[in-house]
Order: sequence, then structure tokens, then C-alpha cells
Amino acid sequence: MTLDLSLLPEGGVPWLAASGEHADIVLSSRIRLARNIAGYAFSTRSRDGERLRVLAQVRAALPRVRSLAHSVVVRLDELSQVERQVLHERHLVSKELAGLETPGEARSGSAVLVSHEAGVMVNEEDHLRLQLFRSGFDVAGAFAAAQRLDRELGEEVPYAFHTEFGFLTSCPTNTGTGMRASVLIHLPGLVLTQEIAKVLQGLQQMGLTYRGLYGEGSEVIGNYFQISNQTTLGRTEEELAEHLARVVKRVVEQEMEARRVLLRDAGYIIEDKLWRAYGTLRHARSLPADEAMNLLSGVRLAAGLQLLSGLSVYTLNKLLIFTQSAHLAFEAGRALTESETNLARARYVREALANEAGLAG
Amino acid sequence: MLCDQCRERDAVLNLTQIVENAVTQLHLCEKCAAERGIETTVSMPKTALGEFLQAAQQQAAQIAGDAARCGSCGTSLRDFRASGRLGCAQCYGAFEHSLRDLLRRVHGSSKHVGRQYRAPAAAAPDRHTALDDLRARLQSAIRDEEFETAASLRDQIRTLE
Repeated sequence: MTLDLSLLPEGGVPWLAASGEHADIVLSSRIRLARNIAGYAFSTRSRDGERLRVLAQVRAALPRVRSLAHSVVVRLDELSQVERQVLHERHLVSKELAGLETPGEARSGSAVLVSHEAGVMVNEEDHLRLQLFRSGFDVAGAFAAAQRLDRELGEEVPYAFHTEFGFLTSCPTNTGTGMRASVLIHLPGLVLTQEIAKVLQGLQQMGLTYRGLYGEGSEVIGNYFQISNQTTLGRTEEELAEHLARVVKRVVEQEMEARRVLLRDAGYIIEDKLWRAYGTLRHARSLPADEAMNLLSGVRLAAGLQLLSGLSVYTLNKLLIFTQSAHLAFEAGRALTESETNLARARYVREALANEAGLAG
Repeated sequence: MLCDQCRERDAVLNLTQIVENAVTQLHLCEKCAAERGIETTVSMPKTALGEFLQAAQQQAAQIAGDAARCGSCGTSLRDFRASGRLGCAQCYGAFEHSLRDLLRRVHGSSKHVGRQYRAPAAAAPDRHTALDDLRARLQSAIRDEEFETAASLRDQIRTLE
């Protein structure tokens, strides 16, 4: 089986559309629910046959789960490493499920169901990881849709549940609600004004945590942060989602304030820096991943400050995801060396920017 | 202390099992013990010697605590400490006390206050296979006199039923 991205509804990334509130700052809002099916050992302990039965049971339930109507089932254990990594770069599967942590195969029965804005990872650390993405800052919308998906699926497959401990998960850090609410947020203003450390510290004091663009263990590059709740037990799902939304709203305000300060106090320096970033992206012939992410961060800030017009946030979102290494190799149809990857990335970025009409400057 | 099996009556009997160097303890009431064919006419030890033996036994159990295993999937507390991952839903029952402490430390609470859930009443297609599997494992556990495993399997069957 080979991966046909055109079969995935909207490529599995409808959130790139930049349709939600504050989409230039908040790329996406996500709710993730960890669930296990009663009657089987957890994935890390289960045998091949059990994992295949878990997958079969979920597939059998699909026609009756409205939120997953028209979903596409992608078997990760039948894909090449590049194909699995492409799905990971689209945030559809975790590194672990894609079998990327220790390069090799994905475990048997590893799969992902992709619907419009919903996805279900099957046989990850937990049997099921329900994911719901919304474009921009829309935690409440993602939450409502995730609750619906959870209820529908939970009526078809029996979840492991305990009255005292809640939803039972392989790792006790997810026990209870099993819920992780998060936003992918771009904070260059706070980084440039050096306020970021204070903000991140504040998040931790409020029970939230942060990571890089690709979640756990990933570095913060290009001023992209993933902010999420740290604990999952002792508070209701609504409280967790509302708390995150409230704090993130405050962070967005702080970011906008930082941008105002930057323009006021260092207007021309910032303007020069951002135009240089744009110029490099527009003309460079070789772009390493980190450099591309940092320059894209600058251009995104320029668009947010309305220094640059005619460049859509959608294009910037697409560039961020589609210029990751596996995407470039997948597009090329073969494995690329590092220098080939950098050349391919620069070409992709140049073409995308050239296609955007009506650029000011 | 309540009976580990019915959770209704007081436990009067302390059943210690040693399976593959792992010591597991089960506290049973008279009725549940009788159901397993264990003689309970001599209930709690009353003599000084009895108390001494019981204390020694408890101490040994504590030392062996880390080796205690989940009767359903075989994960030991030591495995859990090493990997940070539990093996199955029944581990939550098997390591209840340690987990309650851990959850409190991690989350600041061990009590789920969010969405309550009841598994669907209608049998899902594969549930029968899972049930048959569990029933077969229960029979062999009874045959091998692995009572703790049997109790845990029976709980799982009840949940699924």
C-alpha cells in the first residue's frame, strides 16, 4: 500500500485554512482524548493479534459513528518510513505511532482514521487517541466536536473506565479525562521583546505546559509553541478546556501588545529584519529546515503587522508544514540527501511566494 | 479491611501466593474464601505466635511489594516503575494504593470528576471473542489454582457482560 494524500479529506489538514479567530497568531486548536477498549491489554503490552482485533473492532464501528463518516483508514504498518513521517509532519500521527522513534517499522495494527477535522490514532500507547483540530483560536469549537466524537465512538466500542479514576490510560499522566487541549501558537513578539520566559513561567504556574511544533520532545524553533494542559485528573473536561482558552486568550493579548511595542520602539529595525527574511525566502537557492522555519516566522510576523500584504496566512501555514523534510522527499518520489532537501525546500518556497499575487513593497 | 473480592464484607483471611518469585496477597471474607474452597474455620490468628507470623508475613509482602503482579496482564509494579506504563485496565485495581498516591502527586487529585461513562449495553461484534478469550483464561486459572488471576479475570468478564 502506498500513501495517496489526495484521498485524505483536505489532506488531513483542514486547519491550515487559517479560517478561525486570530489565525495569524494561533495556527490551530486541538483536543486530544486518550481511550482504551475494555477487554484488551494496553497496546504496549498487547500481542500482534490483539492489536489487529482492536483495529478491526474500531473499523466495524465506523459506519455508526457520524463524526467519522467518510473517514479514510490509513494502515501505518503498510507504509514506508517517509510516508509515515509525512503523516507525522501533518500532525495526524505521533512519532511513536509512526514508528519514527526507533527507525524501523510501525507496530502491527498501527493505523490512523482521518475524517474532515477529526482523526483517530489506533494502537498508539493507548488503543485510541481521538484528535479534533480547528483552524485558528477555537478551543471551544474543537472541544464541542471532540465531545461529540467521543460520545459517538464510546457508544460503539466499550471504553476502559473506572468510577474513581475515570478513563484508564497506559500512562497515569493521562488518566481521568484523558484529555489534552492545546493550541499551536506563534509568539515572535514575546520572543523579540524578551518577555517570553516570563510568559512561559506563568503558564507553568497555571497548570499549563509548552512544547515545540511537533509536541513532546521537539525543540522550539521559529517561535512556534504548543501550549496544553498539564494535568488530566481532578477537573472536568469543560474546566480544562475553558482554563486553556482563558489563558491563551491572555497570551494572544500579550503577543499583540509586544508587537505594538516593537513597532513603536524599533519600527524600522523590525521592518528591515522582516523584509530581509522575505527577500531570503523569495530568492534563496538552498534552505536548511531551521533557517526556513525562522525566516517563515519573520514573514508571518510581517504579515500580522500588515507590513506585507497579499501574502495569505494559509500560504504561510502550508509552507510551514509542506516544507518539512519528509514532505519534500515524498514530493520528489525518492529519498533525498540533506543538500538535495535544502535545494528542494528553497524551490518550493520560491514558487509558493511567487504565486502569491499583489505583494506590496 | 474489606474483602478484595466482594468489597462488601470484612476480610478475615489473608491469602499469600507465590508465583514465579512474585508474592501476591489477597484479603478475603469468609464467604468468598469458602467459594474458592478455602477452609476458614480458623479465622484470624489469635495467639502470640500467630501474630508474630502474621507480622513477619506482612513485612515480607512489603519487601516483595514491587514484585507484585497484575493478575490479568502480568505487569509488575517494578515493570511499571521502569517503563512508566501500565499494562492493562486491571493494573489500576492491582496497584490501586500505589497509583492513588502517584495520581495525587501528578495531578493533585486522584478522583475523576469529569465525564462519567457507561460502556454500551449492546454487544459490539468483537466483544464475544474477547469474552470467550477471558472465559477460557478463567477456566485455566481456576484449574491451576491461580486465584488472584481468576478473580481479576472474573471482574473483567463482569465489566464486559
